[in-house]
Amino acid sequence: WLNSAGSSFCSVVGDAEHIPDHRINHIIHNGGLYKRPFNEAFEETPMLVAVLTYVGYGVLTLFGYLRDFMRQWKIEKCQNATEREEQKDFVPLYQDFENFYNRNLYMRIRDSWNRPICSVPGAKVDMMERVSHDYNWTFTYTGRVIKDIINMGSYNYLGFAQKTGPCQEAAAKVLSQYGAGVCSTRQEMGNLDKHEELEKLVARFLGVESAMAYGMGFATNSMNIPALVGKGCLILSDELNHASLVLGARLSGATIRIFKHNNMQSLEKLLKDAIVHGQPRTRRPWKKILILVEGIYSMEGSIVRLPEVIALKKKYKSYLYLDEAHSIGALGPSGRGVVDYFGLNPEDVDVMMGTFTKSFGAAGGYIGGKKELIDYLRTYSHSAAYATSMSPPVVEQIITSVKCIMGEDGTTIGRARVQQLAENTRYFRRRLKEMGFIIYGNEDSPVVPLMLYMPAKIGAFGREMLKRNIGVVVVGFPATPIIESRARFCLSAAHTKEMLDTVSLSSCLPSAHAC
Amino acid sequence: MDVKNSPRYLYWLFCQFELITCSYLMEPWEKVLFYSFNLAMLGLLLYTTYVCVAFQASSAFQFTCARVSIENKTPKNVKIQSLLFS
Repeated sequence: WLNSAGSSFCSVVGDAEHIPDHRINHIIHNGGLYKRPFNEAFEETPMLVAVLTYVGYGVLTLFGYLRDFMRQWKIEKCQNATEREEQKDFVPLYQDFENFYNRNLYMRIRDSWNRPICSVPGAKVDMMERVSHDYNWTFTYTGRVIKDIINMGSYNYLGFAQKTGPCQEAAAKVLSQYGAGVCSTRQEMGNLDKHEELEKLVARFLGVESAMAYGMGFATNSMNIPALVGKGCLILSDELNHASLVLGARLSGATIRIFKHNNMQSLEKLLKDAIVHGQPRTRRPWKKILILVEGIYSMEGSIVRLPEVIALKKKYKSYLYLDEAHSIGALGPSGRGVVDYFGLNPEDVDVMMGTFTKSFGAAGGYIGGKKELIDYLRTYSHSAAYATSMSPPVVEQIITSVKCIMGEDGTTIGRARVQQLAENTRYFRRRLKEMGFIIYGNEDSPVVPLMLYMPAKIGAFGREMLKRNIGVVVVGFPATPIIESRARFCLSAAHTKEMLDTVSLSSCLPSAHAC
Repeated sequence: MDVKNSPRYLYWLFCQFELITCSYLMEPWEKVLFYSFNLAMLGLLLYTTYVCVAFQASSAFQFTCARVSIENKTPKNVKIQSLLFS
């Protein structure tokens, strides 16, 4: 039944022709699940580009074999990790594809990653200059600091990564009151009144009954999913879920089944099979079915089809775990995430998880939901029992930024920032598309992946943008499929239109004149 | 058409070649090896083309020359009569 309701009018996939706006309005007001157009596109790789990418990888592989041969026969100095002489007759440790890729391809372009920055990661950042004299095997610092690099890589969606302003002043005040360390876990002596205040505020912000905050976003996922599901439960996880969700799912011991990325027909098929056939050997019904999705997928820039997922969840009586790491604060007219973006009821999502790292300029994660769920997690979560609780200045930064977004500090700065981010997103995506780049993802997502495809372009793009004082994050294998490497821009409310113009113009030049 | 032949355009084409074949990432001695291999292959290809095409072209030329000379050898009145009767 979802074929007619959801997917027939909403998504623009591949090179399908664009439905004119007046038709979309008529279709949407005819009682569909979506209240607004859902424009998501993943343009297919052009055949010539795919062939040339394979040619490039072929050449590098041949040279990789040549270099490995030279290293083995001692013609060239071996600088990578190898087994000791005594272990050479045992099972070889470094002969698989990952290590071959690491030695021969990753090392050549390694200077685009792990760049050390030495200022607050706002719209502009300072970076320490690094040179390598032996082709990226070792680096030395020249001592110079490159100032005012336009920062397109930090997850600073609302611009709260600042060293001046009300957030910083409040955090400094709390630092002088409470100090920096908590020295205990949440369940022992580490439960401060600041944590209680934060949790009530987060629950009010999300529109749920109760919330709990943890010190680390990755640990929130990986330590709480094992507390919620166990053996005899089924987890339906999206193809492109984050490593923390995958780790949590594997640690729980439940059966995991993967559905295609954002594909509701695939999810429905899996749900139907799970209900009809039950557990594999015994055919008993599953104890719990948990659907794991993310709000915004950071490598693709796509937004989850939440209305359809909630409709499916209600039909098949399963539970929904929504990871809003990148979407909280960044989507929605009032910045309350993907639930607000689609205009849905927050109580429909059973477990709302998010992080404070991205839009709030702090660190940590939270889980929101019904009071019984959160009380259960307070007792049974590994993170609550063993991990140190959040540091007080960080808590105060989150409290101040959440109040700013909600407008409770008496100003309209928060609202203005959310609207500025939406404007920046649409403007930047439109500019890059006009220039002819292939951009993945949804029109409204502030994560903009620009496809590069060829391995030499990964290194060239990163280096040339740094020469023009712009810092971008380039991504290749294994974070993406091997021919789909990309540069990922993370927009911020702190970026001005001039900065975005500079970045979009400069991104033309490296692919044109890189050398 | 000047923009097509300008040295800037040629430099851009060379840069595209370097990016596609990943010689942008190679160390200088690897680049020397790669380019010399490519030039050797290109030279071989051109030589083979020259030999093959030259042979085919010369044989085709000889064939057309023989045809034209046969045409020239038939007397003109025979030709006019054949034209009148057709």
